[in-house]
Amino acid sequence: MAVIVGGIGTSHVPAIGLAIAQGRQQEPYWKPFFDGYAGARDWLAMAKPDVVVVLYNDHGLNFFLDKMPTFAVGAASAYHTADEGWGLPVVAPFPGDPDLSWSLIESLAGEDFDLTTCQQMLVDHAFTIPLELLWPGDQRPVKTVPISINTVQHPLPSPQRCLRLGQAIGRAIVAYPKDVRVLVLATGGLSHQLEGERAGFINTAFDKLCMERLVDDPEFLAHHSVREFVALAGSQGVEFLMWLAMRGALGEQVHRVHGQYHVPISNTAAGLLVLEPFGARSTSAAA
Amino acid sequence: MPPEQDIPGTPIFGAAAAQRGYALNRMCFSLNDAANRARLLADEDGFCAEFGLNAEQRDAVRRRDVLALLRAGGNAYYLCKLAGTFGLNVQDIGAQQTGVSVEAFKAKLLQAGA
Repeated sequence: MAVIVGGIGTSHVPAIGLAIAQGRQQEPYWKPFFDGYAGARDWLAMAKPDVVVVLYNDHGLNFFLDKMPTFAVGAASAYHTADEGWGLPVVAPFPGDPDLSWSLIESLAGEDFDLTTCQQMLVDHAFTIPLELLWPGDQRPVKTVPISINTVQHPLPSPQRCLRLGQAIGRAIVAYPKDVRVLVLATGGLSHQLEGERAGFINTAFDKLCMERLVDDPEFLAHHSVREFVALAGSQGVEFLMWLAMRGALGEQVHRVHGQYHVPISNTAAGLLVLEPFGARSTSAAA
Repeated sequence: MPPEQDIPGTPIFGAAAAQRGYALNRMCFSLNDAANRARLLADEDGFCAEFGLNAEQRDAVRRRDVLALLRAGGNAYYLCKLAGTFGLNVQDIGAQQTGVSVEAFKAKLLQAGA
């Protein structure tokens, strides 16, 4: 049977991808940020996931306003990147896991989640950068299942709905009959806002609250409305929806393995959080 | 329908903006393609006309005015592609929208983490 080894939440700022492409990880601006990912990689080396379910939001690469799905699940054998219009290099395609994808789709639809299924799906920086941070270089030992949540066009799914989606994803994964180890990765946030007279808005107090309460009381955060998230975390800070879904997949109790909070990266407060379901083996194996 | 802007300085991209800005956003979306970026830079009038921008949108593009582009229905994620085509990054457009220099905008971001 499949097992959920843990969950990771991380920001996905495009500038990180440029810094990786330009080899600037050791420059003073970037070093503290990149150094924080060593803890996540150390944990991954023990947790050894085979597949990563990536919860992210498309930024206008695959989806346009002609058809804007609330929840879109990839069901392809490979996911390609493409030019996003502002200079991020195109990277090698990421292998998919269509069998797990369709199993998730069946299970989620069975729990009344109405999905868009995508046998072709371009993935953007929100998908690629976190995987590059967690597995630097071109080779990574994991297959992927992308799940995109709409944060482009309101109405967005509510935080409560995203937490429930994550819980259903968790049930779908543990019901999957193959012996695979699954990591649930959420990308986006933390507080930031690109547009309007409030551009550059960052709210460190709320970010820290989110990173703390996500561990032990995600329902508290899920009771905020989308509007409250926009007010407290900025227009794009609402990308925390992905983190709520990730947390939902991990079950009732989790253990915080590693975390980092670094401000700023570009216009964004950058967060990293590694969580393990209570009773998962990798931490105890390391002890 | 919820209000388009009840959080100060924070436009919400919902039903009204999505309809008002459709042509503008469609043009921005097309800029994922390098050939379209080159065409916009070579013939801005012709490219904007091809996508059916209205006078307000055309003027906002001409002036590289991000707040005006937002009022005209532009979506932040798609507008980033237009800004990028014009060589503007998110600090540049942040400074422009908040009426400060790029250096001052960056300093404010650094201050948030201090």
